[in-house]
Amino acid sequence: MTMSFRKKIIFYVLLSVSALILFAPTIMAVVMSLMTSQDILTGSAPSRLILDNFIQTFEHFPLLQFLLNSFIVSIVITIGQILLSSLAAYAFVFLEFKGREFLFYLFIATMMVPFEASVIPNFHTIRDIGWIDTYQGLTIPFFATAFGAFLLRQNFKQIPKELREASQIAGMGHFKFYLTVVMPVAKSSLVTLGIYGFLTSWNMYLWPLLSTTNDSVRTVQIGLKQLQSQEQLNQWGVMMAGAVIVIIPTLILLFLGQKKLQKGLTEGALK
Amino acid sequence: MSMSSLAIQTNEINLEYVEQVKKRQRMKNLLKGVLFLLPSIILFSAFVFYPMIRTIYLSFFLTNTSGVTTVFVGLENYINLFKSPIFLKNIQSTFLFVLYTVPATVIISLFLAIIASEKLKGIGFFRTIFSSTMGISVAAASVFWMFLFNPTMGLLNQLLKSIGVEPIGWLTDPNWALLSVSVTTIWMNIGFTFLVLLGGLQSINSYLYESADIEGAGYFYKLRRITIPMLSPTLFFAITVSIINAFQTFGQIDILTQGGPQNETNLIVYSIYREAFVNYQFGSASAQAVVLFIMILFLTAIQFKLGERKVHYQ
Amino acid sequence: MSQVELIELSKSYEKQKDILKAINLFIKEGEFFVLVGPSGSGKSTLLRMIAGLEEISGGILKINNELVNHLPPKDRNLSMVFQNYALYPHLTVEQNILFGLKAKKVGKQEQQRRLKEAAEMVGLTELLKRKPRELSGGQRQRVALARSIVSHAPLCLMDEPLSNLDAKLRSNMRVQIRRLQKRLGFTTIYVTHDQVEAMTMGDRIMVLNDGKIQQVGRPITLYNEPANLFVASFIGSPKMNIGKAHFLAKHKRLTVENELSITVDPSIARGLPLDRPLTIGIRAEHLLPGTTENTTHYLEVVNVEQLGNETSIAFDVGTELWTAKWPGQWPIQVGQKVPVHLSSEHLLFFDSETGSLIQSASQAKKQEVLVI
Repeated sequence: MTMSFRKKIIFYVLLSVSALILFAPTIMAVVMSLMTSQDILTGSAPSRLILDNFIQTFEHFPLLQFLLNSFIVSIVITIGQILLSSLAAYAFVFLEFKGREFLFYLFIATMMVPFEASVIPNFHTIRDIGWIDTYQGLTIPFFATAFGAFLLRQNFKQIPKELREASQIAGMGHFKFYLTVVMPVAKSSLVTLGIYGFLTSWNMYLWPLLSTTNDSVRTVQIGLKQLQSQEQLNQWGVMMAGAVIVIIPTLILLFLGQKKLQKGLTEGALK
Repeated sequence: MSMSSLAIQTNEINLEYVEQVKKRQRMKNLLKGVLFLLPSIILFSAFVFYPMIRTIYLSFFLTNTSGVTTVFVGLENYINLFKSPIFLKNIQSTFLFVLYTVPATVIISLFLAIIASEKLKGIGFFRTIFSSTMGISVAAASVFWMFLFNPTMGLLNQLLKSIGVEPIGWLTDPNWALLSVSVTTIWMNIGFTFLVLLGGLQSINSYLYESADIEGAGYFYKLRRITIPMLSPTLFFAITVSIINAFQTFGQIDILTQGGPQNETNLIVYSIYREAFVNYQFGSASAQAVVLFIMILFLTAIQFKLGERKVHYQ
Repeated sequence: MSQVELIELSKSYEKQKDILKAINLFIKEGEFFVLVGPSGSGKSTLLRMIAGLEEISGGILKINNELVNHLPPKDRNLSMVFQNYALYPHLTVEQNILFGLKAKKVGKQEQQRRLKEAAEMVGLTELLKRKPRELSGGQRQRVALARSIVSHAPLCLMDEPLSNLDAKLRSNMRVQIRRLQKRLGFTTIYVTHDQVEAMTMGDRIMVLNDGKIQQVGRPITLYNEPANLFVASFIGSPKMNIGKAHFLAKHKRLTVENELSITVDPSIARGLPLDRPLTIGIRAEHLLPGTTENTTHYLEVVNVEQLGNETSIAFDVGTELWTAKWPGQWPIQVGQKVPVHLSSEHLLFFDSETGSLIQSASQAKKQEVLVI
């Protein structure tokens, strides 16, 4: 239905005002990251825009190392999640065996255990096998996700079972079918899961805080906390520059993948 | 006669063999299924199920600083917790925090999702902006809001000053700190909740609206009679996830207030963290974790129970 | 080419017993065999059991005299065409056609040779680089066929392969599939719910209902001598006219639906039981227009369909709706009473209780002889 002109105006006003309020803190951070300390301290409008704050963050802090760590950790977790979730989802959709129901409920049960409630033994485990300050300690505990398995299961269920049957008649085994048919056909949902996995891994806070003690593998989120707790009060520009750098990768990813993510979240959650 | 009976005999022998093959195939299927699930099962066992049991176990003990159990104390950790005014205060703060954040997050996100589900030119831009906070990490968001809450330079107090109101110690005043942290949290969670609700709105069949249009229903009538009821499963999911997220809040507390002032913002996960990794009281921290686990278990159970009913009427 | 033998084959699920009961069947080498039945009759299940996609609950399945109950599909040496074609959406037409050959590790040159041959046969040579979503329904169907052809399997199973096509294309593909099968000679088992497809394509047909065989035979046999009322009304379009009948042996008269009285020829009357309730059937083309000499009844017309080459006229007979099919164009109005010629030699007699055939029409058989 076409909307009346008046109605359109109302909607655009509502949308614009909401967007402005919601995005204000982010805009403020970006502007501040380009301002001189002078301007920030006096609370005046920026007299000129500079890149000094960015240069300083990189000079004062091993920010590049933190960024690299975050990228490695997030990408490894993302790949691990896609791999394990797709294998699990495949079993739930295409394999018939005794005990499948039970395992499915076991997966559901994991959603009821919040990571925060089991963080103490997890910390001890990682410490006892010497994985503190290692990439594997930061990533492997997050490979298996029930959410990912459900999201992909939902998607795999939409693949016609005749595709599997045709491959059975051609004599193709399960693993090859998973690799050469299911994965390419479900590519779009794998990307959705990948975006979600990357976003959540990049933004992880509690676990990297616990399982890293030095700069060698520390992620950018913990780096930012360090920056914040060590910087002088008059260094707001530097802090904002750090924060802006931290959010750029995820914002870009979100802008590119917003549509997919929105579709995926509802599918994984509700069906 | 003899020919056919012979045929039947050989068939019987063959069928026995067939049964054996079938059994073998079933075993093979089981093996394959387990093989595909094995990586997940191993990791779940190591990082979900074992820690859960271990946490419960630890909650009955005292430990040394490296987490080795020393004395079995039975329920004492729990008893101490519920006698401790600080822990009770933490629980109270946690529930207050849920109350401050969840309804506001869901209502604001619902409003945004509804206005962003109209088919207008450039709507994609607004959707992206509305979902943007999902891409902003807790550390970054906390830094943003730390400045906004800054007593002297912060925009909020500047704003108050300009209308002649006394500045507020947003993060230092016990009356305001929890509310300030809540505002930050609401802002952070809008992105995710908005995306979920928008997805729910867009999966409502457009025929429903078209037939309502033909019958001449107004905008708010459609909103009340079609949108909200059809959205109810999604809405329900959004509410539950928001509650669970609120219970698990940690990062913004760690950066903005460290639980202060006067334990006003010492939410349960932060409290567990302090007890375990600052005070090294792993037994008592585990008891707190068990309390958290039970609360979340309860909520998830409700979600599944009610969610199931929702599925039926669809 | 394969022959297929089913001995007391049955299928039950835990929740649902007797999907199929005691199916005995022998399909000859090179035969085009059609399984037809309404939805839920078990025909697809039977096909999938032959393919090895469903477990066999009881009985014996032999392909080329070898017990294959336990063999996985790939070891049964067959190909299958699915209703939704089962084309891999991410592969090109060529890759789809070669999918099975690659899985079976057939040599590259042999693959290309077979591809070329099959693509030419079904007219896909120009489309090999396309993806399935860029093809029309008919083209997709042909890709599925080509996939079957390149496998060189001696047995081809088809599960309602034409039901997703529109009517025109369907009749075209019927001819194509039939010709292809005759040319290549592979044994075919073809499942359909469409009796026209069954009649036009099958060397032999098996009618299945409720998991039980109703009749197996050549199409024309099923048409002329349906074993029971189910087959009688399932095969043929429009469906056979049916009516409850009383036979008075004394007067050699038959009363149909308490409305029509028909004189029965003595030669026919001899075969009829005296004390059984009867149901008679008559094909639409045997409900003839009455001439001044031979008119037996006047029936009130309730509907007329002008098809151009023929006219279909419907009458109310008791509780039944009867249809007559007359060649040519007849200017008839609804409500008119038209003269018809209804002769006992066109009647089929069924036992009302068991539904099974007592006596088929004497006239139809004669015609059959004339045709041959």
